[in-house]
Amino acid sequence: MAYTLHVNGAVRAVEADGETPLLWVLRDMLDLKGTKFGCGAAQCGACTVHLDGRPIRACQTPIASVGAGRVTTIEAIGETRVGQNVQAAWIELDVPQCGYCQAGQIMSATALLTRVPNPSDHDINAAMSGNVCRCATYTRIRAAIKRAAKAGSI
Amino acid sequence: MLARRNFLKVSLAAGGGMLLTAALPARAATLGGAGPDAVALNAYLRIAPDGAITITAKNPEVGQGVKMMLPMLIAEELDADWNAVRIEQADLDARYPGQVAGGSTATPLNWLPMRQVGAAARQMLIAAAAAQWGVLAGECETAPSQVLHRPTGRSLGYGALATQAAGMKVPDPKGLPLKNARDFRIIGKPTRNIEVPRIVTGQPIFGIDVTVPGMLYAVFQKCDVHGGKLVRSNAAEIAKLPGVKAAFEVKGGDNLRGLLDGVAVVADSWWQANRARQQLDITWDEGEVAGQSSRDFAATATRMAQGQPESILRRDGDVAAAFGKAARVVEAAYSYPFLSHTSLEPQNCTARVQDGQVEIWAPTQNPAPGAALVAATLGVPETAIRVHLIRAGGGFGRRLSNDYMVEAAWIAKVVGAPVKLLWTREDDMRHDFYRPAGFHFFKAGVDDKGRLTSFRDHFVTFSQGGAVAASAEMTATEYPARLVENLEFGISMMPLRAPTGPMRAPRSNGLGFAFQCFLDELAHAAGIDPVRFAQGILGAPRLLPDPPGPRQGPGFDTGRMRGVIDLVAEKSGWGRQSLPRGTGMGLAYYFSHLGYFAEVVKATVDEAGGIAVDQIWVAGDIGSQIINPLNAENQAQGAALDGIGQALGQGLTIADGRIVEGNFDSVLPLRMRQSPPVEVHFRVTDHPPTGLGEPALPPALPALANAVFAATGKRIRSLPLKDQDLSRTS
Repeated sequence: MAYTLHVNGAVRAVEADGETPLLWVLRDMLDLKGTKFGCGAAQCGACTVHLDGRPIRACQTPIASVGAGRVTTIEAIGETRVGQNVQAAWIELDVPQCGYCQAGQIMSATALLTRVPNPSDHDINAAMSGNVCRCATYTRIRAAIKRAAKAGSI
Repeated sequence: MLARRNFLKVSLAAGGGMLLTAALPARAATLGGAGPDAVALNAYLRIAPDGAITITAKNPEVGQGVKMMLPMLIAEELDADWNAVRIEQADLDARYPGQVAGGSTATPLNWLPMRQVGAAARQMLIAAAAAQWGVLAGECETAPSQVLHRPTGRSLGYGALATQAAGMKVPDPKGLPLKNARDFRIIGKPTRNIEVPRIVTGQPIFGIDVTVPGMLYAVFQKCDVHGGKLVRSNAAEIAKLPGVKAAFEVKGGDNLRGLLDGVAVVADSWWQANRARQQLDITWDEGEVAGQSSRDFAATATRMAQGQPESILRRDGDVAAAFGKAARVVEAAYSYPFLSHTSLEPQNCTARVQDGQVEIWAPTQNPAPGAALVAATLGVPETAIRVHLIRAGGGFGRRLSNDYMVEAAWIAKVVGAPVKLLWTREDDMRHDFYRPAGFHFFKAGVDDKGRLTSFRDHFVTFSQGGAVAASAEMTATEYPARLVENLEFGISMMPLRAPTGPMRAPRSNGLGFAFQCFLDELAHAAGIDPVRFAQGILGAPRLLPDPPGPRQGPGFDTGRMRGVIDLVAEKSGWGRQSLPRGTGMGLAYYFSHLGYFAEVVKATVDEAGGIAVDQIWVAGDIGSQIINPLNAENQAQGAALDGIGQALGQGLTIADGRIVEGNFDSVLPLRMRQSPPVEVHFRVTDHPPTGLGEPALPPALPALANAVFAATGKRIRSLPLKDQDLSRTS
């Protein structure tokens, strides 16, 4: 099947089975490898991307279900003000260890801050608990979200 | 003093000699890659005319920060302008000793040799400047990235000197002066990881991201009973499915760390390969699986504990007589489960086999044995194998084995095209080298003054092929050995089929839980505060030397252990906090991988038995220098939280020889909502710097279990906590 996807502001045509998860279309067909495979079961959040601004798990999203929705990935999240603040906070606080989960963390954090500019610890727990960091950099992820929120309020 | 001497011995044996001869070739050559005009001063660094300095990081990076740490050591003694430094990952290369990520060894083994590499290059730059100016080298000094001659006010940048410096005599590293720690400008300064900008923008830097022209995608189905043999399959049918390029049977060997029997499916995309795989119909000869289940192991261990241990590891004094004289005797059985490493990036590898040459892109912690394994399995000389070290999305010891590497190489050879092999999460969890489970049957006595006078452990562990299973052993110096007059460690073993191996803080990650919880239990039985009880066992500051032997360590320093216990007690307000009902604080301390750590966990257990970890305090002593404080804090926080995650929600079940769990719905990773603040403090002592990947982990699990006891009065003697009923009505 041929599908027309809206990814990072561009229109991309792909030829694939409709059941193919968006994750593998992004990674192996569109060469957007920032979105990661961790569990294949929506358990770890490494594959988090935005669909019309909402965080979704790309490993459980068949491309047939994406339709005309706008997909944003880690490669383009820096084009939004909030995404830029989040990336800057991650760099400033030196958040990652191995770094594998961090694209997904940043996508969830950006979606949170877009919706709730000044999140409480409770908001952060609710929005971020679907994203596993196996290196357990949670202390810094939390601090970086607060740093990015502060940057956004200036 | 002893500690220092042993350290030097280790560093020279494991790297020094080879490094000094091989890493500093007498005639340096220009390397390709980062600009044709950059000049190599040795195997680790080259300098471009514009002053850009490229430093090679030789060790595999798995998130421990070694790709920053080793270049920082070189740059410090080179007296480089850190802002001009670029870091490049080495391939597997005979010029570099010890290209391994494991055992928290990178710091102790490289602390001197890497600094010597930088110092040697600095001498060559000084010699070049002195020659140009016609002055004595001894009159020259350096400022960041430049050589100065103060008497004449002249200076030259490293870039301008590089070509001439490359022709200078390579100095003997042993005679080189090294900086005094107070003059460090890079070591000891919080230094941001240069990789982070690439990580946060999604650059393709991980093993799973590797792309090679003409590459196909592969999955590999093995028997879920480890080492099971392939009888027949429908691979020929699978080969006809859409997108599938090849599907074929692989006959492997008996080495569980090598190529095993299985069916490979290769397709145009990974998802097609994995979907086709779901239609595989394979008949396996699983071999003998009787007794290979978690339930049987627990029952067998309990039965074995009723008899005498099969062997005695250590016997001091007379425990039986001492139990008779003790004021209080406590007996308890502790156990911990099998664990999978669950690095978030599943195992993967990309390989190309062409014209007798094998090229491999591998997120591995241990590339050299991988290359040897590929050579032996494919029947090619090791010289025909090139291994690129690719950043790994976590290691934790899993990637010390190279099974995925030999699988990728074999499949690539059969299909005659470059192949990226990628495992699913289920593959990863069911084909791991597991942290072995363990069963400890303790008995100990305290006298009427609360002193620990007798201690016995009957450790029921696992054997494989007649010997103790990998990482399932215990040493005769396990704490509190050497500090209790009457002590006995006995060992019994059960045969295990599932392969085991090192996982972050191997051995210590399980032993720490069992011993430190039982010691807490003894403190309470003695009616003595756990901090004071620990101080009582440790006694006066002194070094307890290790017994001689090939694996002799630097000994155990009771003063350093007490130092971190005192520090964590002070920082956590131990004994000074008034805690509400249902909240408790627990202490644990442990020495592993040359690092001394004590941790306090504060936790609250609600009516329903739900555990909230409120805060963690970590105190560590890893010697005289924290090389990069920014990363050190991150590593220590992560290690402590890793332990908390294991204790709360992780454990594997074996049934009929196979791992039952397959994903994060049953092996629960720590999540943000469970993650408390972690305060890290380092005690700087006059000992050589040691590693930090591992030693902060072991105390976290028992500190949490001891906090749960303090909160509820319920003693935690097995893990994970998710399987325990802590509700107040129970």
